[in-house]
Amino acid sequence: MKNVKFILFLLLTVGLIVLLNTKLGMAPPFGRFLNPFQGFWQNAEKANAWKDEEAKVTGLKDEVKVYFDERLVPHVFAKNDEDLYFMQGYITAKYRLWQMEIQTANAAGRLSEVVGERTIDVDRMQRRIGMSYGAEAAQDYIAKDTSSKKLIDAYCAGVNAYIKTLKPKDYPVEYKLLDYKPEPWTAMKVALLLKNMANMLSVFEYDIENTNFVAKYGEKNFRQLYPDFIDAEDPIIPKGTAWQAGEPDSNYRIVYGCDGEPMKIHRETSNMNAPHELFANAIEKPDEITGSNNWAVSGSKTKSGKPILCNDPHLRLSLPSIWYEMQLVSPNMNVYGATLPGSPAVIIGFNDSIAWGVTNGGRDVRDWYKVKFKDASRNEYEYNGQWLKSEKRVEVYKVKGKPDYLDTVIYTRFGVVVFDQNFGTADSKKNLAMRWTAHLPSNEFKTFYKLNCGKSYDDYIDALKNYTCPAQNFVFASRSGDIAIKQQGRFPVRNKASEQGKYVSDGTTDKDEWKSFIPNEDNPTIKNPERGFVSSANQHPTDSTYPYYYPGVGVYENYRNRRINKLLSDGKDIDVAFMKKMQTDNYNLLASEALPVLLSLLNKSSLTSDEKKIVDELTKWNYFNNAHEVAPVYFDIWWNELRKLLWDEMADKNIPMKQPTFYVTVEFLKHDSTSEFYDNLSTPDKKETREDIVLMAFKRIEDTLRKKDFTEVNEPYDTDDNYTKDDLKPHDWGGYKDTKISHLANLDPFSSLHVYNGGNIGVINATNTTNGPSWRMIVDEGVMKAYVVYPGGESGNPGSAFYDNMVGPWAKGQYFEANFMQQTGDLGNKKLFVSTFKP
Amino acid sequence: MKNFLLSVIAIIVFSAILQPFMPWYVIAIVAFCTGYLVQQSSIAAFASGFIAMFLLWTVYAGILSHANGDLLARKVATLIPLGGNVIVLLVITGFIGGLVSGLASLTGRLAASE
Repeated sequence: MKNVKFILFLLLTVGLIVLLNTKLGMAPPFGRFLNPFQGFWQNAEKANAWKDEEAKVTGLKDEVKVYFDERLVPHVFAKNDEDLYFMQGYITAKYRLWQMEIQTANAAGRLSEVVGERTIDVDRMQRRIGMSYGAEAAQDYIAKDTSSKKLIDAYCAGVNAYIKTLKPKDYPVEYKLLDYKPEPWTAMKVALLLKNMANMLSVFEYDIENTNFVAKYGEKNFRQLYPDFIDAEDPIIPKGTAWQAGEPDSNYRIVYGCDGEPMKIHRETSNMNAPHELFANAIEKPDEITGSNNWAVSGSKTKSGKPILCNDPHLRLSLPSIWYEMQLVSPNMNVYGATLPGSPAVIIGFNDSIAWGVTNGGRDVRDWYKVKFKDASRNEYEYNGQWLKSEKRVEVYKVKGKPDYLDTVIYTRFGVVVFDQNFGTADSKKNLAMRWTAHLPSNEFKTFYKLNCGKSYDDYIDALKNYTCPAQNFVFASRSGDIAIKQQGRFPVRNKASEQGKYVSDGTTDKDEWKSFIPNEDNPTIKNPERGFVSSANQHPTDSTYPYYYPGVGVYENYRNRRINKLLSDGKDIDVAFMKKMQTDNYNLLASEALPVLLSLLNKSSLTSDEKKIVDELTKWNYFNNAHEVAPVYFDIWWNELRKLLWDEMADKNIPMKQPTFYVTVEFLKHDSTSEFYDNLSTPDKKETREDIVLMAFKRIEDTLRKKDFTEVNEPYDTDDNYTKDDLKPHDWGGYKDTKISHLANLDPFSSLHVYNGGNIGVINATNTTNGPSWRMIVDEGVMKAYVVYPGGESGNPGSAFYDNMVGPWAKGQYFEANFMQQTGDLGNKKLFVSTFKP
Repeated sequence: MKNFLLSVIAIIVFSAILQPFMPWYVIAIVAFCTGYLVQQSSIAAFASGFIAMFLLWTVYAGILSHANGDLLARKVATLIPLGGNVIVLLVITGFIGGLVSGLASLTGRLAASE
């Protein structure tokens, strides 16, 4: 009897332990996760317990001191560059290890190893667009440059040195939740991380979408809705700037009329190179792109007589933040700014001589080719009348809790075949290969290293030569007084007559292949312009006289750029206060141009009294998308619903198409009163007019608001005025927009929810629900001070007070002065603690 | 009574010493040994095992969390849907440790009375 009891309880005990030690579905192994000695309780960071420390680290050549300031920003002082990057790796890993790993797992198509089979298709897409392929090419190329290789290896060694110090109780909490452990860091991962960034910023191509539109709706409509250039635009390189390279070519210019002018087409040939067929698969792109802003003002317009440079890159906001703020000091450099966890060097920042920043150039760096295989085996494909051998790679996906998944990916001279019978929807017979400049061997690290050490305009131009993908607008300012901007990247020379790159290209001949690249010196650039400032906000880089053809329909911004340039050209005695106000400007230029059009088309006779109140609010609105305003909510809903109704012809998910830009949409509504596009396809008996759909969209405002769940918002306030919670209307812009900064694994308790602020797409403060300024920086070259902020915190540990401490200040439009330490200086009362690392 | 206290203290002390270096279920081995060696009823064996680990885990977790201003615990208590209630999270923590320890202690006692 006793025997049985003993065995029973033995089995029960062991069974319980096994259960509590196993990950069940989404839940972590509770025994491991909840025990206080090893589990998440160990990640509960002690508040205010900072003290100086010393540690021995194998791999260092010499002593390195790291000063941590009041925001936990590390200031690394090393005696040589290798130790400097070693320490950058070590410290970054200390505070952002999990982020580094999960982002590279994403890039490498290895999420399923950690998360399970639900991310298999995400992983497959990453590998099929050649992320690893591009990273390998980069890694091989970088390995040939001994100094780059040495420094990148030092960075990796630093990360690994930190990982070696970790015991299971020290793992970041996400490892404990997902039940896995850190992996060694490699140069390949550094390359992957940079390709990941490139991927996020390479979405500006619509080859498939354009082809589908032309095939379905014809050339005339395409030209009207997707013009190459617009009269009213404000390009990065000012209109009328002469080009050094060759003769300006105006033969292919297409101009869209505005202010009453009918559309003009100046075109020698009407030779459309678009294949006449429909494609069911395309890479999903965000509906509206938030983009980024940068500008630099010369001493001729500033109070101090020296330049001021500003940059705010707009990205999907996340926690931990994309950027990690640092200062790096060695005998070779003293640089401060935003770094990317996982990659060495400072990406956006300044040193004691120069400052620089980036915005996305929006150039088309991906082309699609329709490949023709000989037979079902797909072992050979056609090229100029011959059959070439395909290169097949078997990708192996390790899936947590399941057997390995295999996917055969085919490589051709046209690129990697992304969509085929095994991937994508039903359109299986169309093998679409993608050529991407990120597949080219490149050494982006060298660009940033040279910028970090740079002292002058010449150093800046030299640094940019190494930069390949994607297109970025590098803004520049120097303490000596120069300002400049250059759109840099490797861009194929494209055939103007056939508009190569705008549509799906021929994948059976060399007709549409990339044969050469635009020389670096011919990329759009300007230095010390007469107007006294340079700027970019994802608009057209040039006007139509630029000698090289670039496709870019439906892509370029035309609101933030005009607002920025107006503020800068009107500005006098510009100082830091002016720049802070400008970076957080909520003026909605789109609304100021679109709303009068919408109101003029609105049939007010059929409105209810409540609806008339909405019209009143809209009419008296000053077009600022401030958080406490109600009118932006009405406009946003009206505008979005109208676009859905107007462009419903492009909403078929099986035939991907891109909506025309906002600017073109407004012009279209203004000038074209009879177009077929006004007809709403869901009402086959009725043929709607312009006025009909404007009214229909308006009628949806109240309904949308009624359905929306307005949850309590955080910290109600406003930048200019003092508002209390009682002043808030139930559905103001801040509450409706409901900005959310999501944790990288989408865990709500680790995210910042209901971040109350203003702004929107097309506004300088380009914050919408999920995206916004991920870093704000103002560098005053006069007094050599910088002001920065980002929506997050230096620590990637949700249990740290420094995890999201800057979210509130960022939302309020506040900045922090960067503690730009000099070799001899110290942090004074801003010091949190100092870590001394010895070899 | 004396044996009960002895059992509780022994389990707490030896678990506290070993847990930082070993996987969490070392508590089962500690509790099993204590249950085996200390003379007490089966119920007392279970109770002392349970109380020992419940105390050790909740108190230690509580100290760690308090030093953190309960910042992380509140988040985890939302992730595990407890409405952000840190006390409940602590109780669950203690309960899990206590149950394993109690059962192991009881198993030890049953092994001894063969």
